[in-house]
Amino acid sequence: MFAFIIRRVIQAILVMMVISLVGFSIKSNIGDPVRDLVGERVTPEERAQMAEKMGLNDPFFVQYTRFLKNALHGDLGTSFIYRKPALEVIFRHAPATIELVLGAALIIALFSFPLGVYSALYPRSLLSRFTMGFSTLGVSIPVFLTAIMFIYLFAVTWHILPSYGRGETIDLFGNGYWQTGLLTIDGLKHLLLPCISLASIMMPLFIRLIRSEMMEVLETEYIKYAWAKGLSTRRIWLVHAFKNTLLPVVTVFGVQIGIMFAFTILTETVFQWQGMGFMFLDAIQRADISLLIAYLVVVASVFVIVNTVVDIMYSFINPTVRIAGTK
Amino acid sequence: MTKLQKFKESYFLYSFKRDKVAIASFIILVILIILAVTAPWIAPMDPYDANNIDIMNSEIPPMWSDGGESQFPLGTDNMGRDMFSTMLYGLRTSIIIGVCAVALQAGLGIFVGLTAGFFGGKTDAFLMRLADIQFSFPYLMLAIFIGAIFQILFGVGSYERLAVPLLIVIIGLAEWPVYARTIRSSVIGEVNKEYVEAARIIGLSRPTIMVRHVLPNSLTSVMVISTIQIANAVMSEAALSFLGLGMPVTKPSLGSLIQSGFEFIFSGSWWITVFPGIWLILFVLVINLLGDWLRDVLNPKLYKG
Amino acid sequence: MSHLLQIQDLEVKFALRTGDITAIDGINFTLDRGEKLGLVGESGAGKSVTGFSIINLLSKPGYISKGKILFQGNEISLYPNEKMRKIRGDAISMIFQDPMMTLNPVFTVGFQMIETIQAHRKISKANAREIALEKLKKVHIPSPEKRLDQYPHELSGGMRQRIIIAISLLTDPAIIIADEPTTALDVTIQAEIMDLLQELCASDNMALILITHDLGVVSQVTEKIAVMYAGKIIEYGATDQVVQHPVHPYTEGLIKSIPGTLIKHGDDLVQIPGMMPTLTNIPPGCAFNPRCYLKESICTQKTPELQSVGQGVQAACHMKTKRK
Repeated sequence: MFAFIIRRVIQAILVMMVISLVGFSIKSNIGDPVRDLVGERVTPEERAQMAEKMGLNDPFFVQYTRFLKNALHGDLGTSFIYRKPALEVIFRHAPATIELVLGAALIIALFSFPLGVYSALYPRSLLSRFTMGFSTLGVSIPVFLTAIMFIYLFAVTWHILPSYGRGETIDLFGNGYWQTGLLTIDGLKHLLLPCISLASIMMPLFIRLIRSEMMEVLETEYIKYAWAKGLSTRRIWLVHAFKNTLLPVVTVFGVQIGIMFAFTILTETVFQWQGMGFMFLDAIQRADISLLIAYLVVVASVFVIVNTVVDIMYSFINPTVRIAGTK
Repeated sequence: MTKLQKFKESYFLYSFKRDKVAIASFIILVILIILAVTAPWIAPMDPYDANNIDIMNSEIPPMWSDGGESQFPLGTDNMGRDMFSTMLYGLRTSIIIGVCAVALQAGLGIFVGLTAGFFGGKTDAFLMRLADIQFSFPYLMLAIFIGAIFQILFGVGSYERLAVPLLIVIIGLAEWPVYARTIRSSVIGEVNKEYVEAARIIGLSRPTIMVRHVLPNSLTSVMVISTIQIANAVMSEAALSFLGLGMPVTKPSLGSLIQSGFEFIFSGSWWITVFPGIWLILFVLVINLLGDWLRDVLNPKLYKG
Repeated sequence: MSHLLQIQDLEVKFALRTGDITAIDGINFTLDRGEKLGLVGESGAGKSVTGFSIINLLSKPGYISKGKILFQGNEISLYPNEKMRKIRGDAISMIFQDPMMTLNPVFTVGFQMIETIQAHRKISKANAREIALEKLKKVHIPSPEKRLDQYPHELSGGMRQRIIIAISLLTDPAIIIADEPTTALDVTIQAEIMDLLQELCASDNMALILITHDLGVVSQVTEKIAVMYAGKIIEYGATDQVVQHPVHPYTEGLIKSIPGTLIKHGDDLVQIPGMMPTLTNIPPGCAFNPRCYLKESICTQKTPELQSVGQGVQAACHMKTKRK
């Protein structure tokens, strides 16, 4: 067990090294750290001096080591747009995105499990057919269209929900970092449409996954044996079949939460949601390389950590993986 | 027996004829492709030609609503272009980018997959680790990121001029691991079979065996993946264009058309967004339905993960 | 003359889109307390279907179309699912073929044993654990205490089958139905498992229905035998009698095809020509007629009934019953 965790962690560190290398090569080729620091109104001589002082003429490897060292101390460069350390800018935008993703994940879990399990147990029922048909349609609708549709219906036509922004937020820790919309009615109202549109992309996939896994499990010998043991229907479906279904679903869920972060870029653009995705797009439009690279590194770390944690968690639920990992 | 006869008697055609959804999807897909290919000849106007566009005609609603004109059956966009024509051209652009990007993905992925399966050992481990790492990141985010780097590298002006090839490269680079993993797993599965052994004994070189004998056996999987990948690529293109990292508004794809319409939805000009949206959904939906059907019929061993 | 279990004219059909097909075609047999019955036949003969129909667990398109299953005088084939559930795994336990697939991989052995007891008895977890431990000792599992907390994949096939046997003992059942309990195991372990089953039946006075294609095993373990062919019982009687003096040409062929204890030294091994028909194309008359060396015209016209041929044996063969 311990060996397995160590192996996964080493793998994760290696992946992060590769990503930081890619990020740094991009930054050193097209970035402009001098501009990040002092802006554009300096003479070429001053620029050259600054560059020398900042070590921009050092060999690539030396610069990369410095980049890594700084990164480990939480310094990922300075954002040119915000005139602040890039990491701080990202952290200020992160809570909005996290609340969005959590809300969407909650909606997905709340609906996909009952619907997926139900359509596996009663594949011929009307609700199951409707669910499956709807999920095929669902995967074919781009998330930004869903979002636009929601805005048109709920905000423009019916005026029942707000169309953009986060609404009223509360400073959670009193230091300005975590502005939460979860504690006010207005904030929750603003959260509703973005969360549903974000959830709409992953929902069909999960319903299908849960359904097919559950159907597969229901056909196994050990479920048949559970019937032969005289267990109750409820216990067989909800304890035996469900736990076996859960395993593959949990892994995929971890990976898909990562993918949802990518889709927040689209949702946040449509709803002008002041999160990381919105900030990222802003950084692209104004060529803020340092912020872009910082974003890359932060998001990559999130993925790597989530993937590693999910793998380790999976090994706790599924005993067979653990054994394979230690031997 | 000719190939045509063989096809007529195949299980493939038989199950196709029995599946109404597959038939309907196929017909719609063929119509859409024909419309897209023949767009320059059948579209009422050329939306790329600035001389045809009259700003006075902007935001005319569809012909059946108040203020609609029969000259513009689906209305006009904010620049005064005929929606119907623009949508035909947009679909054309989306399809070109989608198909080429998938061709690039497949080429890259098959090459990597074959190399990994062919050399095995450390090469295999390295290439597959690479694919795994890329696979663990959302392709859309990668595409957006590569797009962003390109845009900063080339500057917005040249990026827009080079948008079509650039988008193909971006989407191609973002999604090759799907192919690489599938091909590799089928190569590994095939390599130990007797016919490969036999080919080796009669003295065929390994690359020949790979390309001539092993690859054809993986084509079913490639076909099934490709249908779904084309739908994905078209969606990715639309997403990139929607974010302003794709086709410029002067040569709109469906994504950029939807984006340009988004601003006007608040003023009630829903048609600029809704029609291209439905158009896009229809196209992606029929491909997905056909893909589902193909997967059921051909039932290839796809890489799970 | 109330039997523990009585199967009367049982018929099982599978509802397919192309129409129903008959998997079991009117079979009869009885089982008394402590008695051991062997159900023998090739795969597809309907042995397992018979076993599953007794506990009313036929897989989806299958259903009992005719006949009765009486357990302790009650017609359990009419029981609604919830009432039947209380018999399954309690009074009638089942042992499956492949121990590697039978236990749920994500739960510990103890969990799967305790839940079985608690499904049938109002009893605390601690007490259930005691019973589980006692039964594990009974099937001679080394360090039983440790096994309770292990997952199935940590145990060997033979060990898992012992655990499944222990699970079937938890509720002190009247009948154990063992469906090819040793087929998936190594030869050396097969003998151990069969010995164990025999020992347990003797000590607890349990009845056993042993479903197998292996006549050798049946002849060593059971007192009574029913040979099945294409959904019918074609020979039924005391095991010793049937094995030593088989009446039906099929039984005879089966016995002659097994090397080892059943045929006398010096006799040739004989193979029955042809294959058992599939359920969709059973030939008219006696289903065995295309493979039979005694075949005459009546065999292709009339289905033979199971008739007494003396010595307490019944057989379904025109040629043999005519001569007697």
